[in-house]
Amino acid sequence: MRFESILFENAARGSELVRKDAPDFFTDLNLDQIVAAIIESRRQEYDLESFFYSPLTDIDEIAFRHEVMKDLENRDVLDRVRAFAQTMRLVRQELGQSAKLYYRYQKQWWFLDAVDVYCKGVQALRDDLHSVDVHSRGFAGLRAYLDQYVASERFIALGQEITQIKSELSAIRYCILIRGNAVTVRHYESEPNYSIEVERTFEKFSQVEAKDYRVKFRETVDMNHVEANILESVARLHEDTFEKLERFWTEHQDFPDAVITRFDHEVQFYVSYLEFIDSLRQAGLPFCYPRVSRDSKETLSRDGFDLALARKLVVEKKPVVLNDFQLTGKERVFIVSGPNQGGKTTFARTFGQLHYLAALGLPVPGREARLFLFDRLFTHFEREEKVTDLRSKLEHDLIRLRNILREATPDSVVVLNESFGSTTLKDAIFLGRQIMNRILELDMLAVYVTFVTELASLSDKIVSMVSTVVPDNPAARTYRIIRRPSDGRAYAISIAEKYRLTYEALRERLAS
Amino acid sequence: MKVFLMFRDRDFNVQQELPAHAEDLTRDLGLDTLFTAMSGGDKFLYDVAQKAMLLSVADVGTILYRQHVLQDCLANAAVIQKIYEICVACLQNERRHFWGALSSSPGMILHRSVEVLHMFVENLRTLKKIAETEVAGFSSDGLRRFFAMIREELSDAYFAEVQEHLKRLRFKGGVLISAELGRGNKGINYTLRRPDDREVGWLASILASPIFNHKPAYTFHIAERDEAGFRALSELRDRGINLAANALARSNDHILSFLTALRTELAFYIGCRNLHLKLTERGYTSCFPTPIEPGERRHSFKGLYDASLALSMDRRVSGNDVDADGKELVIITGANHGGKSTFLRSVGLAQLMMQCGMFVPAQSFSAEVCSGVFTHFKREEDTGMRSGKFDEELSRMSDIVDKIKPGALLLFNESFASTNEREGSEIARQIVQALLEAKIRVFFVTHQFDFAHSMYDKNLPNALFLRAERRPDGARTFRMIIGEPLDTSYGEDLYRKIFVPAEGRMAQEVL
Repeated sequence: MRFESILFENAARGSELVRKDAPDFFTDLNLDQIVAAIIESRRQEYDLESFFYSPLTDIDEIAFRHEVMKDLENRDVLDRVRAFAQTMRLVRQELGQSAKLYYRYQKQWWFLDAVDVYCKGVQALRDDLHSVDVHSRGFAGLRAYLDQYVASERFIALGQEITQIKSELSAIRYCILIRGNAVTVRHYESEPNYSIEVERTFEKFSQVEAKDYRVKFRETVDMNHVEANILESVARLHEDTFEKLERFWTEHQDFPDAVITRFDHEVQFYVSYLEFIDSLRQAGLPFCYPRVSRDSKETLSRDGFDLALARKLVVEKKPVVLNDFQLTGKERVFIVSGPNQGGKTTFARTFGQLHYLAALGLPVPGREARLFLFDRLFTHFEREEKVTDLRSKLEHDLIRLRNILREATPDSVVVLNESFGSTTLKDAIFLGRQIMNRILELDMLAVYVTFVTELASLSDKIVSMVSTVVPDNPAARTYRIIRRPSDGRAYAISIAEKYRLTYEALRERLAS
Repeated sequence: MKVFLMFRDRDFNVQQELPAHAEDLTRDLGLDTLFTAMSGGDKFLYDVAQKAMLLSVADVGTILYRQHVLQDCLANAAVIQKIYEICVACLQNERRHFWGALSSSPGMILHRSVEVLHMFVENLRTLKKIAETEVAGFSSDGLRRFFAMIREELSDAYFAEVQEHLKRLRFKGGVLISAELGRGNKGINYTLRRPDDREVGWLASILASPIFNHKPAYTFHIAERDEAGFRALSELRDRGINLAANALARSNDHILSFLTALRTELAFYIGCRNLHLKLTERGYTSCFPTPIEPGERRHSFKGLYDASLALSMDRRVSGNDVDADGKELVIITGANHGGKSTFLRSVGLAQLMMQCGMFVPAQSFSAEVCSGVFTHFKREEDTGMRSGKFDEELSRMSDIVDKIKPGALLLFNESFASTNEREGSEIARQIVQALLEAKIRVFFVTHQFDFAHSMYDKNLPNALFLRAERRPDGARTFRMIIGEPLDTSYGEDLYRKIFVPAEGRMAQEVL
């Protein structure tokens, strides 16, 4: 099969997956922050968001990306791909320059140079791919494509044409005689350098420390009409060369090659993610290639973490707490409870993020991961109430949940966070039970963060996870979430102490 | 082209900061009077005299080099004066060519430089003529080298070459620039070219026509009202002449600094001559001293007088003869108003004059060069509010210690006397002892008998004790004689004056 894309083995089907808008759950899972950080430095140049908005549906396509990514984890390969990206960046800049300029010989020169840079870059990439080890179907395909492209008669002729025109242009030397308002342009005839003669005569007065009277001129890319007139005259002196330049410009407007530009664009998906996780790896955080399955719902993560939170903590040079989770056999659902500010929401997000990143074909946080390839991912996090919203918050929540559960299939993943915080405990237990039963019925994977610990006992499909405190100091959080039945204790007082919001603390503070 | 009249191999840097103790030296030794005499009222001469004298040289070779130049200058005063005036006129003229706007274009820089250079060249020509006609009258290394250099560097052929450039750099026939094509086909490497003269002369337009010239050339004109076009053209021209303008402007600076250096260095010798004239007018002799390499502990003179005092007093100032060879400590005691301070000043002054290459106010003078002259004089006026007198004295002493080096000459005048004698003496002893061990020569005028006599009792071979002479009748001669410190400086005289009739009785009471 002819190589077309580094992102999809089946390029035609892959292109259909690409979507323009962020999935609904992006904000809930803080994936918006993660993607923004990943593509930050490239936003001006490449449209990469859509790749991050488009999870894969095919296990083999995920494997295809893993292979490419593993090749890129080889520093040699990555460096060469980066160098090529740099080349293509320059090509784009120079083409932009060419388009912006007014005088034809300037436009044509920048065009010529852009094609020159492009040809050299493509040739270099082709050579590079032979000098490094690549094992992926993606890079092997690209290498074969480049071999063919670079060996083509057309490409070879293009290179020769450029070399010829450039060498002719750089050999040109001309003289300008300025006399009053008259400017005469002619060939250079080996007239002596007069500045040197003047300098030589006055050399005897020279001193070590001399003031520099040379004036710095502002250098611009474009030309004024006097320069343009001179250039036209130079072109008349060298008609042949400038005709070649003109012809080059008209004949090669169709460059560059579409497959190569597509590669340049798509490979940034991998490179940007690698750069992003590299800073976290340097801080000691592990990443791994997950085993992704469409059949088994046994999921596992060892030393996983919330990518968005980890990035923030690494910047602040604070430690990141790693957590494990595992569902085996019939287990499908995590009920997460325990003290507030203990990392419950982070745990839920991590679960969602890991599944999503796995579906993008990317390495995920953690030392080891086994994840399910979902058909749909749903989240329901508490959102701020809109004042214009006429429906009550509870009603609103229920409508959203109903919609989720209506659309969900047994292959979906759902992450629910404190869904019924705005009602009575009795109502919350009732509603939670209904929702949980529906989830269990669908046999889908879910995380349910709730204070309604009673839900954990509904089924052996449910696993209870609890956020923990340091035994001697209940106010101190470990941010570790462990598999354990909930004891239902309230830790609000310790949090109040931490924020100096206890009675004594408040009295003291309010007295001052 | 280097002036090198102050040093054999380097310029005299008049911008150099004066040493921190220069202010004390000036005040304590009355240098201001000397500078004024040297300047003849000219501020520039004053400044140079001040710098030259306070920036002493400690190198015998340089001192002799200057002495010889000065001898030439004294013998050929008119020629030196003329050269000096040429420099002054040139420098004034240069200043008249104002720099225009803050940011000058190469075109403007070049134009000004050509004008100024033109003027410089005329004056250098005159200088060269003087060098040719007057060289025979000079014998010093410094001035002979200077004249030889002028003749060699500024040959007629060289002047012709310069004139040719100055003419060409007016670009009457246009500016010829070569260029190449850079990125974007923009012109690069703009280089000024010397055109074939046929191209720039009146024949140019005819020769450029296709009839005579088969070489292709294309000419276009900037329309009369095309201001942007003229700006662009002028920038192009500027790119071409940038380097030449730089070279010329630098040459201007260099000639300017050559003339400035010449003026500065001559100013010193002219100052010396002014002083020489004034002393001679008043009937004082002077001599060129013999500087001795450091470490030999030589210091002897005849008829040494205080030049400052000689210039400001109508009364005749007397001189002193001292042989302090081999001595490192000279303690001067004796009658008040007996000439001790004047003597001390004359020692310091002569040292400074010798070490700037000047003559000294003496019949003969030979001394070791020192690494620096320092003064620590009693300050009557310094009854500051900030610190007590003694405090102030010691603080000044501490400043000196920060700066002084081995081989220096330190003059004390009634130092450490603002406390009681016992303490003052003890401090003086300790300080002097330390200074001597550090190879610093000390002249110490003191009334402190305890200090002076304790030093005397040590029988130091390197110490000399002088006393202001007092005739048996009590009259002062203002001469220093060798003598043991006496236990009283003036009290006895006073005593006599008041108690002579009852001398016997009082003497008994004292006992």
